[in-house]
Order: sequence, then C-alpha cells, then structure tokens
Amino acid sequence: MGDLVSKVLGTSVRRKEDPALLSGRGRYADDLPVPHGTLHAHVIRSPHAHAKILKIDVAEALTQRGVWAVITGEDVKKFSDPFLIVLKAPIHQWSLAVERVRYVGEPVALVVADDRYLAEDAAEKVQVDYEPLLAAVDPLAACKKDAPHLHAEAKSNEISVRAFSYGDVKGAFAKADAHVKLTVDYARMSFTPMECYVVVAAYDPIAGSYDVLANFQGPFSTHPVMARALRVPGTKFRVRIPPDSGGSFGIKLSVFPYMVLASIAARITGRPVKWVEDRAEHLLAASTGPNRITEIEAAVTKDGRILGLKLDQLEDYGAFLRAPMPGPLYRMHGSVTGAYDIPNVDVINRVVLTNKMPASLIRGFGGPQLYLALERLVHRIAVELKLDHLDVIKRNLIAAKSFPYKTAAGALYDSGDYQSAIEMATGDGRLADLKRRRDAARAAGRYYGIGYAAVVEPGMSNMGYLSNILTAEQREKAGPKNGAVSMVTVNVDPLGAVSVTPDVTVQGQGHETVISQIVAERLGLKVEDIDVVIELDTAKDQWSIAAGTYSCRFTPGTAVAAHMAAMQIRDKLAKIAAKQLNVLPNDIEFVDGKVRSRGNPDNAMPFGRVAGTAHWSPAMLPDGMSPSLRETGVWSPPELEPPSSDDRINTSLTYGFVFDLCGVEIDPMTYQVRVDRYVSMHDAGTLLNPMIAEGQMRGAFAQGIAAALYEEYVSDESGAFLSGSFADYLVPTVSEIPPVEFLHQETPSPFTPLGAKGLAEGNCMSVPACIANAIADALGVKDISLPASPRRIHGLLAEVEARQKGESVRAAGGAR
Amino acid sequence: MRRVNRDQRTRINLTLNGRAVSADTEPRMLLSDFLRHALGATGTHVGCEHGVCGCCTVLIDGTAGRSCLTLAVQVEGRAVRTVESLASADGKLNALQQAFQNNHALQCGFCTPGILMSFTDYLAKNPKPSEAEICEVLSGHLCRCTGYAGIVAAIKEATGSK
Amino acid sequence: MKPRPFDYVCPDNVDEAVALLAAHGDAARVLAGGQSLMAILNFRLAEPEMLIDVSRLAELDTIREGDGKIEVGASVTQNKFLAWPALATKLPLLAKMLPFVGHFQTRNRGTVCGSIAHADPSSELPLALAMLGGEVVLRSKKGTRVLAAKDFQLDMLTTARESEELITAVRFPVQSEKQVAFREVARRHGDFAIIAIAVVVEEKNKFRLGVGGMTGRPTVRQFNATGDAAIRDAAVALGVELEGLEDMHASAAMRRDLLRNLAPVVVNEALQCAA
Repeated sequence: MGDLVSKVLGTSVRRKEDPALLSGRGRYADDLPVPHGTLHAHVIRSPHAHAKILKIDVAEALTQRGVWAVITGEDVKKFSDPFLIVLKAPIHQWSLAVERVRYVGEPVALVVADDRYLAEDAAEKVQVDYEPLLAAVDPLAACKKDAPHLHAEAKSNEISVRAFSYGDVKGAFAKADAHVKLTVDYARMSFTPMECYVVVAAYDPIAGSYDVLANFQGPFSTHPVMARALRVPGTKFRVRIPPDSGGSFGIKLSVFPYMVLASIAARITGRPVKWVEDRAEHLLAASTGPNRITEIEAAVTKDGRILGLKLDQLEDYGAFLRAPMPGPLYRMHGSVTGAYDIPNVDVINRVVLTNKMPASLIRGFGGPQLYLALERLVHRIAVELKLDHLDVIKRNLIAAKSFPYKTAAGALYDSGDYQSAIEMATGDGRLADLKRRRDAARAAGRYYGIGYAAVVEPGMSNMGYLSNILTAEQREKAGPKNGAVSMVTVNVDPLGAVSVTPDVTVQGQGHETVISQIVAERLGLKVEDIDVVIELDTAKDQWSIAAGTYSCRFTPGTAVAAHMAAMQIRDKLAKIAAKQLNVLPNDIEFVDGKVRSRGNPDNAMPFGRVAGTAHWSPAMLPDGMSPSLRETGVWSPPELEPPSSDDRINTSLTYGFVFDLCGVEIDPMTYQVRVDRYVSMHDAGTLLNPMIAEGQMRGAFAQGIAAALYEEYVSDESGAFLSGSFADYLVPTVSEIPPVEFLHQETPSPFTPLGAKGLAEGNCMSVPACIANAIADALGVKDISLPASPRRIHGLLAEVEARQKGESVRAAGGAR
Repeated sequence: MRRVNRDQRTRINLTLNGRAVSADTEPRMLLSDFLRHALGATGTHVGCEHGVCGCCTVLIDGTAGRSCLTLAVQVEGRAVRTVESLASADGKLNALQQAFQNNHALQCGFCTPGILMSFTDYLAKNPKPSEAEICEVLSGHLCRCTGYAGIVAAIKEATGSK
Repeated sequence: MKPRPFDYVCPDNVDEAVALLAAHGDAARVLAGGQSLMAILNFRLAEPEMLIDVSRLAELDTIREGDGKIEVGASVTQNKFLAWPALATKLPLLAKMLPFVGHFQTRNRGTVCGSIAHADPSSELPLALAMLGGEVVLRSKKGTRVLAAKDFQLDMLTTARESEELITAVRFPVQSEKQVAFREVARRHGDFAIIAIAVVVEEKNKFRLGVGGMTGRPTVRQFNATGDAAIRDAAVALGVELEGLEDMHASAAMRRDLLRNLAPVVVNEALQCAA
C-alpha cells in the first residue's frame, strides 16, 4: 500500500457513531416506529424448575380488556417444529413449553394485548396447573443414574461424551517426574446488556412470509434454524436488524426463540406483535454462560516442563441444547493447550443438561472456563514443584520462531512472540514493583498475592468447529463443515458518494468508524465521506451463515471483506480513470478525493467525476467493463479447514496473545479482594483504530473483573433462581473496577490482508484466571471458586486460619 | 385534591425540554414509558425498571431522578429535561457530550443518556468535582461496555480537571 | 415489569392525606420518593388500590429545629437533608451515614421518612434513627402519636404504623456527642449493607454501638469497654446474641465475624474524632 498518502487506518479516529448516540438520536429496536395496529406481548413463565403442565386455562384472561390471544405450547406445536440442534438427540425445544417445563422462567404462554400493561394484567388471570417433578440442578448429580431425566427419550442427562487424543499422553505421563491435578469450577454468569431483547414480528398470509425486526446479533447460522422451525424457506423469514443495539456480548443470539414465538403470535392474531423483554425476564431466562467443571492434570518434568495434559470437561447447558451449542466446549478446542507447547493432549468433552436456564453464547465463549483451569494448573505446577510461577509459564511457552505453529489439537497459530510480550509486561519495573508491594504487605502480616495468566485469544471462528462433536464417520456422512465467509458491499453513487453495507450486527464496537477508515484509505477519501449502513436485512443484503458480530470476527473477517470490496471498486475506478487520463491503470493513485497519475499528479480527475462516468456514460468505460459501481468483497480464508479425520481442527483464523499480571490484597476484616495493580499486555496484530481497540479491552477487563469478583447466576438445590434483580445480580459500578495498565505489541497476522486479529474477548478469558491465581498465591490455598465473593473469601480464610493453627500446634508438638 | 382513577385517562401537561407538551395517560403509566411512547422522546432508555441501572435518568425540575420509579401523573406541571435537550438544534454537541466522544466514553450508547443527565444536574451544583466525587455520582449507573474509565476521563475533561 | 392498576390521589394537604388513609387503610399506599415502592409495584409484589402522593405537600417539605430536636418532614429528600447546612454540627453521625444511602440519583427523590418507613434491616437511616434515639411522628384522624425508634421498627420491613396513619416526620435529637463513626460492608458501592456499624462515643470508655443487617431491625447497645480486645469480646457476645441473618451474599457466621472484626475499628475511628 505504498501509494496510500492519507493514513487513517491505524489511527485513533473518533467514533462516527457517537454524536447521534450522545444526542438521544440512537435508533434502538424499541425506538423504531411500528405498523399501526401493532399488539404487545407478555410472556408467562414457569415458576417450577421441572414440572408437567396439566392444564392451561386461558378463558378468564381472554375476557380481559384489550386481550387478543393467549398462545400456548399447543398453538406453537401447530405452527412450528422444534429447533434444530447439532446432535441427533431427542431434545425438542419449541418457543413455548410443550407438556413439560424444565427451568424456572421457561416461557409457558404468551399473552397478546393492546399494550404491555394490559398484557401483564391478563397474564395474572391465566391459570396453569403444574405437577411438580424432581429437578436435576447440580451437573454432577444430573449425570448419575438415578437423576431425574429432563428429556426422557434421551435416557440420560449427559447427552454427549466425546474423547479426543492427540500425541502420546500415556507415554508422557509414564515418563514424567510428577503429575499435578486440579478440579476447577466455573460458575454461571451473563454480561447482561443494558438493552434487553426486542422483537417485532409480522405475518403476511398472502405471501406466507414472516418479517421480523429484532436486536439479534447472529450468527446467522441460526436463521435457517428459525426458518426451519417455522416451516418456511429462508426467503420467507425476513430478519431486519435495527441500526443500534444496546450491547450484546453474546447474549442477544438467544433472542431467536422469541423471534419465532412473536412470528407465530403475529400469524395467530393477524396483527404485528411486539415484545420487549424486561429486566426481570432477562435475568431469569434470557441466557447465561455455561458452568463447567474441569478435571485437569499435567505430566511434568521436575523443572516444570509440561509433557502431557489431560482435560475432562463437563459443561452444563441447562434445560436445552440451543444452536449453536455446545459452542463454548468446542470453540477453544484447537487452543486447548493455550500459549504452551504441549504435544500430547487428551480431552474429554461432556455435555450435561440440567433444570436451569439454557446456556449459550457469551463473550469469551469457552475461553474463561478453559483458561481458569489451565492457568490455575500452571500455578499449581509451580506450587507443587516449588518453582517460580512465571518461570514455569516461560518454560512452556511456544517459541517465537515456531510461528505459524500447529497445536496438538490442530489450531494453526498465525503469529506471536510470547516471550517478548512477557518481557515487556514484566519489564520497566512492573514486576519488581508488584514484588515490592507483596513483600511489604506480607512483612506486615497482610494477605497479598501476585497472579499471572497467559492466554491465546482466538478470532473469527471456523464454522466447522462444532462438527467435531460428531465422530469422523458421522462428519463424513453429514458432509464436512468449515470456513467463515465475510461479505461487505461498497457502493459508489453518481456523485461519488460512497456507502458500505457490512455483514455485521451493531452492538457498540465502532464498526461504522473502522470500516470508514478502511474504505476511505483505499479510495483516497476522508473518513466522513464514507457512509456505513449497518441495518442488516436478510431480504436485501449479502450475508452468509457466518454473518453477525460474535467471536471477534469483525477484524479478521468483515474488515478484510471491506478492504477487498474497496480494492475491487478502486481497481475498477482506476481503469475508468486511466482511459480518460491516458495512462495505464497501474499509474493511477487515489489521493485527497482525486484520482490521478502517479507520474504526473496534475493529470487528475475528481473522484466523483470518475464515479459519474460509470453512471452517466457507460459508453466511455473500458471495453467489456460492466457499469456497476457496486462491489461485494467476499473473504473466505483457506486456513479454516474442516476437522481432519483424526479430529484436529483449526478452530479460528487469528490467535492473539494476552499476558496479565496483577497484585491483589485480601482484607481479613471485610473479606473483600482489592486489586492493587493490574497490567495487561496484548498482541492483537496490527491495530486498526487503537482507541477503539483499547475500548474493547477495557470493556472486556471490566467484565473479567465482574466474573472474577461479582457476577453469578445462583440457583438453589430445588432450581429456584436467586439472582432475579440488579440488587442481587451484581454488575460492577465504576467503584468496583480497578485501574488497569494496557500494553501493546503488534505481530501482524500473515493470514489476513490487514494483519489484524480479534481482540475484544481476551481479558474476559485472562482476568478471572489471573485474579484466581493471585488469590491462591495470597492465601496459599488450592481450590478457588469464582466469583471470589466475601462469602467465599470468608470460607477460604477459615481454612487458612485452621491450617495456621494446625501448623502452630504441630510446631508446638515438635518442640516438646 | 387531584385524583385519577385507575381506568381513567387524564391529560398531563408539562414542559419537556423547554416546550409545553401534553398527552393522555392512565395513573400507573411510568414516566419512562410516557416519555418514550406518548411523547416520542426515545432518547431516554429503559434498562431495568427497578431503579438500579440509571439508563432512564432524566431531570425533573432540574433534579436527576429515575424515570422508571416515577409516574407520569407525578410530573404534571413540572419541567422535564431529557438527553434530547443537550445538543444545539443544528446538532452541535455540548461540552459534556463532546468530551464523551473525545474520550471514547461510550460504546453501545444505551446507558449514556442517563449518565449525561445525571452529570447535567450534578455539575450544575458542583462544577469542579474531584475524581472521587465523579465516581460517587457515576456509581449510580451501570455501563457494560466501557469499563467506565473513558466516562471518568470525559467528565474530568468537561470540568477542566484533565 | 409494569405496575398493576391503582387510583392515584395527590392531596393538597396533610388533612386530606390522613382522611384518605382513614377511608382506605391497608388498600392505600403512601408515595413519597418512590425509590422502594415504585420498584415493588413494577415487580408486581404489591397490589395497592390507591397511591397517595405526598411528595408535593409543602408542609411536609421542611427541616425544623425545636425542643432540641431536628424534625424532618415526610417529603424531604435525602439529598435535601444531606445539603442542610447545620447537618454536620447538629447531627454529625447522620452527616457520615447519609452519603451511604443509595446513590446521588436515588437520594434526589428518595425521602428520609420513606427509607425509615420501608424499614429495611440493613439500611442506614433506620439505624441512624435508632442510634440517636429518634422518633417517628404519625398522624391519623384520631390525632398524632410519636413513637420512639425502637418502638417503631418491629422487624424486617415491618413497623408499628397503623394502616390509617401517615408518617409526617421523623425527629433526630440534636447530638451533643462529636465523636462518631460509621462503616458498612456492601458488595458494591451504594448497595444495601451486609452489615452496617455506627458508633457514638458518649464519654471516656463509654460508647454506643449500633448495628444493622444482623437481624430484622437495627440493634443499639451501650458498652463500657477499653481496648480492642475488650471491644472485640463485646462484639463477639453481641454477635452470638443476634445470631445474624443468612442470605446469598453472607452467612450468619460471616456477619458475626464482620461485627467482631469491625467493631473495634469503628470505635477507634470514633475516638479519633476531635471531641
């Protein structure tokens, strides 16, 4: 790109999105106008974790003022089929409960009325008779033979068990000096976007088609799932995404069952139906990250080199397996060895269903669960072998010269220099300062610990990763799945105005700004000359099953497609201009709104004039050129291959690196954990907009802190939900988020033309592990459950005090 | 004594962003819903409807409060100010809004209007707050995207302490 | 999360409000700042037939001093009280506790009396009223009665207010003691406390300690104790006696341990205040 004069890519351009959002001119789903006659829906939800539905009496509700319909599972069964899932298992989920409820909060009926207030009134008149059943709540208990079954036909709650073996794990364990083992729990939590779900659905009985506006985030692989459920071809299930969305973090995938439910309601009532989820519903039933129990064991040499690794991961998806679950268990599969060079790995992946809210997409997507186990294990190796934790990390890192590096499980790590990243993070006195603080605190009898976490952060998922849940034979039969297609269209109008349509959904990541930077730079225009329209419409826009915003696909995916589309337009305009300027196309450059000869810059035309030629004067175009100035860039990286016959899979396209170190102090008076200093080092390849990149990291850091110390969805042993308000589900405020220092290193990815990698999830993965390690270091304990609430710290301190007492008793005994 | 029975609709007259407006409502209508759906002021967002998240914060007679914990009938005759009042008619941002853009103090922007309204009230009473005072006021809002650092930096810039 | 239907009445004066309560009793709820009540209504956890809005009653929007007491009317917001110029000199303990009540935005509308009427076991204002030996003024058609704090809050969210009574004011005795301290442990800034501890030093080696969050209502005790160990022992004994509430955020044992750990700290903080 030596000919590009205006360098806007890679600079901290202020966000184009902001002025409207700051002025109350955002256009979120609930702000948009709806058709006249739109009705409003309210969902009636199960109060039981597990029960048979004996009877639903809607008669009285239907007599209430303004009520149009009360829709139940029987109606839903009539108009739709169960949602497709990845497994061929008899697990049937419709958009309302049919015959049985399986979690507290499960939708049981939908009241449709003139307004929401009236719908809620009528809901109180619907009589549902239940026969309560025993619930399976704890994932381990749910796997036992005598546990109540959620889906009787499945004959077990443990619906999938897959074992993978790479290299010679047996040999590694046989020749190791020591084995180090740990069991790690990861709790349920969500990142609760501030805007809840919104759906407006309409049905056209003449065309037999549905039209749904929803703040759905994708992936659009869910679109066929919804269309199939409604028994229509995809073209008759039009999905439109509003121009703004109030955050998502993975959670707004799970609006999809409600998109189908509202569609059915629109069909039954003959009116458009709108549903706005409220916060009580959101906390109770929207979505959660899955809880996971990992048994992890390493075979190590006495100096801490990991020769082999075993993981047994049991993940709890709640009452149903929703597409595309169990993603968190499989998305990280290629990078199950993290940042370490470990050639021998055994993995067992187990999926269990329990009587709790279904789990699904969430920022970090399997990474937090994996790295809490792996990084806690690395810390335990250091403790049990009496080595320095950082030394053990360094001893096992993938060498800088090994990139591109193929992991044992098949990921192809694109680039990195983990050693220098760690040197930089610990350098400039940062580690020395932490050690000074720790030593001073400990000398004064206080509890202070230092934690580290090294994390490889995947970006842009291989859409074939989930097929690894099937055996090679089953995959062969079903047809191999792979790839991730990104598409962006650049359009130039008769006056040379440029608009761009990308295949992402808006959630606040600043895509409009970054796409403008890319396209402006390629076309020699200003950022403000580019209009980016992000209101994905499946009836009009280009999209693939990979479309949407999730798993850090924007930078390695959509941004590249934007670059490609802009280059296609640029090539075309260069040829048009070359003909008129009497030069060769490769002598053309695009600078400051001009298309000109590189050799003779005075030989130039305004950009708009060149564009106008295609519109007004097709006869002037070079021979054979189509006059359209609308180009779609399609990006499908070859590295995203299907799983190999031996189950190796390159789960993502780019792999960034995060290394965190922190110091925490535990207050033995209040049982609170105070993060004293936190440093986070990132390598996300080339940064396209450093300000936005750091904004994403800060957001992920805050969510990492939330997971480490505050947020948890709690159910009691009966399955009752205890985190049903923002007074009980603790989203951190500014007062709870400690300062953090970010550092950057850039090793560009060789697999994307922009060299940029995904970067918005790394701290969700690293922070819980880093803080857990620091707490373990502070207290000298082995088992750390997160969030490390005062209640849990109180328990740990009791353990520590008992141990100290035991030691002093033993010491006294020895003296005698 | 003003009385509105449950099924009765009554006309509420108020000043919204400096302009006299009125609309009909039932007594149980929340101010947040009234502003958004009856008066079309959709810049005020609804995030939790139990007073914790702060998205719906507006000024009532100059004082910041949760519109989800206020009834529409309660603002009869009062002056309500929402985020739509902050920028000039031609779209020019005010100093606080501009500082938010300069400091990347928003991402999805859903919580932002409430935060702007809280500080519109607070900074009028305390134009030179300390960082601790800024955090104290900001702790009445939840933001899920930014981790708050940009918001604190923006308010410091707007109050000249940066 | 939309409230059930109710009649809304905005009386012009206290007499009208009291007459409405006499007529409707339990079926009516008094709306002042609404910071607790409106959330309850939005969750449909209550079903009042009528809301009596006293937030506009000018006669209740006053802070008055008389008979050695500060009387705070029922529509005085927490922030108005916090901004009352004499607060730090006349009620130094309240000056320390009020900033912990909710957030700036909720204090703007939440009232002093409303918080006391709501009677949450861990909220600051009921504890302050109990610590200072304050009283609650209740009016009904029958007349006015004044209840001491300890006779007003009976248990968790339960008070001695009769259904036809309106809380018109609360009264805090002007404090002669200047050595005061307050600490609370909450999960997040502005949350209801897991435990809240207030201390007033009465004279040398003699102090009053109040604790919220341990039982259904605040507890206030006088102690004669010197030195951390003795205070700690007293706090341990108090913890054993109160047992402590059990919830998702803290076990009863943890609450007792918090009381044991923090009582000496708060006493020392109080002692450090200039007498």
